Amino acid sequence: MADLVRLEIDGRMVEVPPGTLVINAAKQAGIEIPAFCYYEGLALQAACRMCLVEVERMPKLIASCTLPVSEGMVVRTETPQVVEARKSMLEFLLTNHPLDCPVCDKGGECELQDMAFRYGTGESRFTEVKHHVEEQQWSPVVFFDAPRCILCYRCVRICSEGMGVSALGVINRGASAEIAPNCDDHLECDECGMCIDICPVGALTSGMYRYKTRPWEMKHEGTVCAHCSNGCKTTLGVYDNRIMRGNNRDRSGINGEFLCIKGRYAFDFVSHPERLQSPLMKIDGRLQEVPWSQALSAVAGRFSEIKARGGKIGVIGSTRTTNEENYYLQKFARVGLGTNHIDHHRSGDVATLLTALGGRSDALATTDDLYGRKAFLIVAADLAQQHPFLAFQIRANWRHHNCRTYTVTPGPVREDSYAVRSVQVPEGEELDAVEALRDSLAAEPELVVLFGDTIKCDAVRRLVAFGDSLGIPVKYVCLVDYSNSRGAMDMGLLPDLLPGYRPVTEAGLEPGMTLPEILAAPDLAGLWVVGANPLTNKQLVSDAAFVVVQDLFLTETAQRADVVFPAASAYEKSGTVTNVCGEVQRLKRAVSVTGAKPDLEIFGLLAKEMKLDLGIWTPDAVFKEIRDAVRGYNVPLPVIVTGGASQTAPEGGPAGATSRPDLIQSARDTLFTSGSLSRFSKTLNSVTERPGALYRG
Amino acid sequence: MLYNEPSPLEVKVLTRRFGLPDSASLDTYLASDGYAALRKALGMKPEEILEQMKRSVLRGRGGAGFPAAMKWGFVPRSSPKPKYIVANADESEPGTCKDRLLMENDPHQLIEGMMIAGLVVDAHAGYIYIRGEYRYLIEILDRAIAEAYERGYLGKNILGSGFDFDLYTHTGAGAYECGEESALLESLEGKRGIPRIRPPFPAVVGAFQCPTVLNNVETLSAVPAIIRDGGVAFSALGTPKNGGTRLFCISGHVNKPGVYELPMGFNLLRMIDEVAGGVRDGRKLKAVIPGGSSCPVLKAEECDIAMDFDSLSKAKSMLGSGGVVVMDEATCMVKAALRIMRFYAHESCGWCIPCREGTLWLRKILTRFHEGQGRPSDIPLIGELAKNMLGRTFCPLGDAAAMPTISFVEKFRDEFEAHLDGKPCPFEEADRTVLA
Amino acid sequence: MTFSPDMEAKFEKLVRSYPPGRQRSALIPMLLYAQDEIGSVTPELVDEVARRLGITPVEVDGVVTYYSMLRKKPMGKYHLQICTNISCMLTGGTELWEHACRKLGIGNKEVTPDGQFSLEEVECIGACSWAPAIQVNYDFQHHLTPEKLDRLIESLRKAPQ
Ligand SMILES: Cc1cc2nc3c(=O)[nH]c(=O)nc-3n(C[C@H](O)[C@H](O)[C@H](O)COP(=O)(O)O)c2cc1C
Ligand code: SF4
Ligand code: FES
Repeated sequence: MADLVRLEIDGRMVEVPPGTLVINAAKQAGIEIPAFCYYEGLALQAACRMCLVEVERMPKLIASCTLPVSEGMVVRTETPQVVEARKSMLEFLLTNHPLDCPVCDKGGECELQDMAFRYGTGESRFTEVKHHVEEQQWSPVVFFDAPRCILCYRCVRICSEGMGVSALGVINRGASAEIAPNCDDHLECDECGMCIDICPVGALTSGMYRYKTRPWEMKHEGTVCAHCSNGCKTTLGVYDNRIMRGNNRDRSGINGEFLCIKGRYAFDFVSHPERLQSPLMKIDGRLQEVPWSQALSAVAGRFSEIKARGGKIGVIGSTRTTNEENYYLQKFARVGLGTNHIDHHRSGDVATLLTALGGRSDALATTDDLYGRKAFLIVAADLAQQHPFLAFQIRANWRHHNCRTYTVTPGPVREDSYAVRSVQVPEGEELDAVEALRDSLAAEPELVVLFGDTIKCDAVRRLVAFGDSLGIPVKYVCLVDYSNSRGAMDMGLLPDLLPGYRPVTEAGLEPGMTLPEILAAPDLAGLWVVGANPLTNKQLVSDAAFVVVQDLFLTETAQRADVVFPAASAYEKSGTVTNVCGEVQRLKRAVSVTGAKPDLEIFGLLAKEMKLDLGIWTPDAVFKEIRDAVRGYNVPLPVIVTGGASQTAPEGGPAGATSRPDLIQSARDTLFTSGSLSRFSKTLNSVTERPGALYRG
Repeated sequence: MLYNEPSPLEVKVLTRRFGLPDSASLDTYLASDGYAALRKALGMKPEEILEQMKRSVLRGRGGAGFPAAMKWGFVPRSSPKPKYIVANADESEPGTCKDRLLMENDPHQLIEGMMIAGLVVDAHAGYIYIRGEYRYLIEILDRAIAEAYERGYLGKNILGSGFDFDLYTHTGAGAYECGEESALLESLEGKRGIPRIRPPFPAVVGAFQCPTVLNNVETLSAVPAIIRDGGVAFSALGTPKNGGTRLFCISGHVNKPGVYELPMGFNLLRMIDEVAGGVRDGRKLKAVIPGGSSCPVLKAEECDIAMDFDSLSKAKSMLGSGGVVVMDEATCMVKAALRIMRFYAHESCGWCIPCREGTLWLRKILTRFHEGQGRPSDIPLIGELAKNMLGRTFCPLGDAAAMPTISFVEKFRDEFEAHLDGKPCPFEEADRTVLA
Repeated sequence: MTFSPDMEAKFEKLVRSYPPGRQRSALIPMLLYAQDEIGSVTPELVDEVARRLGITPVEVDGVVTYYSMLRKKPMGKYHLQICTNISCMLTGGTELWEHACRKLGIGNKEVTPDGQFSLEEVECIGACSWAPAIQVNYDFQHHLTPEKLDRLIESLRKAPQ
């Protein structure tokens, strides 16, 4: 680290690393220099001229957003000349800008409005006719109102640099210059809404949110996205117990301001008309609404009876329910129902990875590592489609630190555009291709390996052996599908592994049936499915089985049920989830439900009904138990409680591993799908890019 | 071809071959000691060539008047990157039409100048960026370049010296802003003509992100003469700080408008009266734009002035690109200011707020004003808006629009007032009669 | 989309005129030369050029709409570009422009019904000392007067098709 540069800003001495821009040096000294086009992390523009400052021995005002500091520099940010310049920029900007803040969708959180208020002249001297253009809809998600656009080019940059999509461009010149979509009158893109989120004014607005409410009328809750395993923090704006929007403008959470279409807009399943409002029971062949008490006692009765006569009960857990729920469910199954026939839809072989690592928890990458590490190997995954945030991190890493990326995939992926090597091989031949990269990889100072669902069992062991043989520090990410896929495994929703991947045999138990075995068992007496929909693509063999389902919707599986409990969604409950990198984060209830109940509460009420003593069923109490009982989960409470993320990793003692490749299969969701849940999101169903496809580059 | 009679007062250095039969051909060029300077330069050390350039006191003819030798000196000769020579043939400054003649009548002079620049900075390729409207010049230049390749004056191992140089023409497609050096380089890379953030300057990061010498066509065309006859001989033609001659493009209300090569520092009034045959129809001189539309206008009484960079900046104007626009007493200064602002509003690239919005706003006010809808408050407003652009835009186009505007309202306020409250333009009539 | 052999040869030469990996540099020349051949920058042309140079159509469109000589609508067989900038204005360029509009009965960037002529009021074309000046397609005409313009238009009308 070269020694610091000393300069003076508004009379304060500041010390910053060489190359620091004056605008940032000022920020460090607590001096805010206004700017529109300057945006941390994106290419420099010097277009808006709001950040002009006076620098001693320089003839004219200079843009502080592109001016690197130099030793002994003397900067003034509040001289009459500077203040006057800002005023004039705002006056120029507002000439053709509609002055209708009260009706503008951005009113109340508009950077131009704030600037005009703080630095503006009050009234304008512009009396000529304004140039009006009709607002355009570029997609169900994106609306553009040209006259409001101040041409800061943030949207263009976030789309090309941030997302690697480049769907936005600039057309025309001079005063008719305009932002334009990639397909002359509409957009074909990720529909991530990053451009809308980053727009400082009301030029880009979202079809989901616009004109529905006002920022100051909403309360905001920071929680975790209900969709993929990346676990982005999303801040939900709630008005009148309805979720109005999702964003992360305050850049809190692991994902900073990043959100994909699912995290930003696909919260709408919560208020889908088909949401289950009341328990259902099969009465003379038809599922009919019944009160909770009736449904609970019916289920408690049947489960106790089956347990009493030693009948087989299968339990299938969820990849979206909280750690607390998953832990409590496996406890319910094992302790309460005395069955080990418990499983869930597994989308990645975390268990084998952990075994192969022999408990080396320092070999598991965090989402921060993806932005900070020097080299990456992506095997058998379409990151931009399946793990948008992880892809975003590595792309930003490449832009800011020039990290080196290698891809080995069955088809073209977006990462190829900046990868140093891209190899395409048929499924199953990935590891040979990786072996062929040995020399280049070994030459890297360090490496993070991310692998998808076709790398499982033995392949995982081989991959880890390969990594260890490179003689450089290597970290791994085993890619999994949903918001708590990782937690489901950690919490032991597995027939052969207890929470923390301890083999059931350690507890003197026999491994139980796997998910396919449960469904195939002719003599299955009871089936309890929580937040999963296995009967979409599989058959339940035993007609006699008494089926209980907890879900938000009447899925294929729920339709086969004898009793259905309406469950609360991730946005309607508290608890914790664990993302693809093993980072534990807290869900914060944003809205309350009527009719439905959180799965944990349903478990608790059933336990009570069955007179089982499984402990208190509040999320906090169960999380405490998890921290004590589950290896690697004694994460620092303050971090979690304050909405932070803390990585867990079962250290010490090798974990049990799977030897059944067939049990591990990703649902291969794209940017626009999210398992059964996406069927109930109007937004996801409205975009023309849906369903999208993997390995199209 | 020549479009106006030469003047006996001209000092023909860059234009010495103009009018020779087939002056664009290599043979004519060689017959009039063409490529002699290159042969000489091939035998010189780069520092020696640069030294001659220094002595010539040649200042950039594109507008800014930056010393050419100094600019070449900024290029990191030892950099491992390839280096490039770019000729700015965008010639778009209203009032300017000289580079066109230099390329049409003596293309090899430009080619030779670029190669000598290449020797100095160790560049082996050059591009001539020509405005799209000059299509016929691309054909002339491509022919000249082809001839030079055939006869070993371009390409590998030039004249057996071991020096390689490749040269290409590149057409623009209609954008004044692409005359600005960094926007030109963007355009050369196939992008919108948006200027670059500077520093770094082209000398260090230019064409294709490599060190680049970028000069105006006239600047580069002066190089062969300088190397052939020595820097001192060239500088002696001009004034101590403004070496040599330059091509002045006299246009507007004179009897003999035309492009004339005159020594730096030539008196403006003499230029109008003795070179350009005086203000036409015996009218009185009202004003002169001395160096292209972006230079502040001079009132008649300010015109007894030496035409060099320093004298004009002392007079708070600029020598600019040598476009001398003469306006007689019948000229409406509001109309002139409006026309110039229309131009800048049309050509603003739109990148930065003050230029994009300022030129549009000023165009709207001036249009209304010229239509007789002006208000007293507009007069100070025009000046203030222009001052709000001045020195604050992303590139100098904003200044180029602001400077003349400020000078017009300050120096001809009375004419602006004459347009107030619904009065028809007092000059429209006079204007018409000029045509007859 | 296919071009004439000469055009293909031109493109070929163009792309080789720039350093390796810099083929995008050929974009503006390609568009202008192609427009000369097919009359305007059509959506097909945009896609074709984007494909050949490995950039996105919206990037190409950004360029097309930036440069005033590139146009999406075809102009007349004879595109009369009349300069009204300062030097031409001072010497009758404005009147020349108004005269041309009346004479041809069309306005700025409009085409006569027979497709023979189109008009454009242009900025300085570099003929200031020989003003007023116009360009007919790429050919300069200096020292014009309304009368000379009339004669020019007539001779072009008569010119063999
Ligand atoms: C808006 C603008 C337009 C310009 N147009 C031209 C031009 O048409 N031709 C030119 O040679 N220089 C033009 N220049 C100046 C160039 O930026 C550059 O300074 C010059 O070409 C350098 O060459 P020189 O040092 O030989 O003058 C322009 C500058 C600006 C700001
Ligand atoms: S990347 Fe995944 S976690 Fe992040 S917002 Fe999108 S779906 Fe949600
Ligand atoms: S002003 Fe018309 S050609 Fe220059």
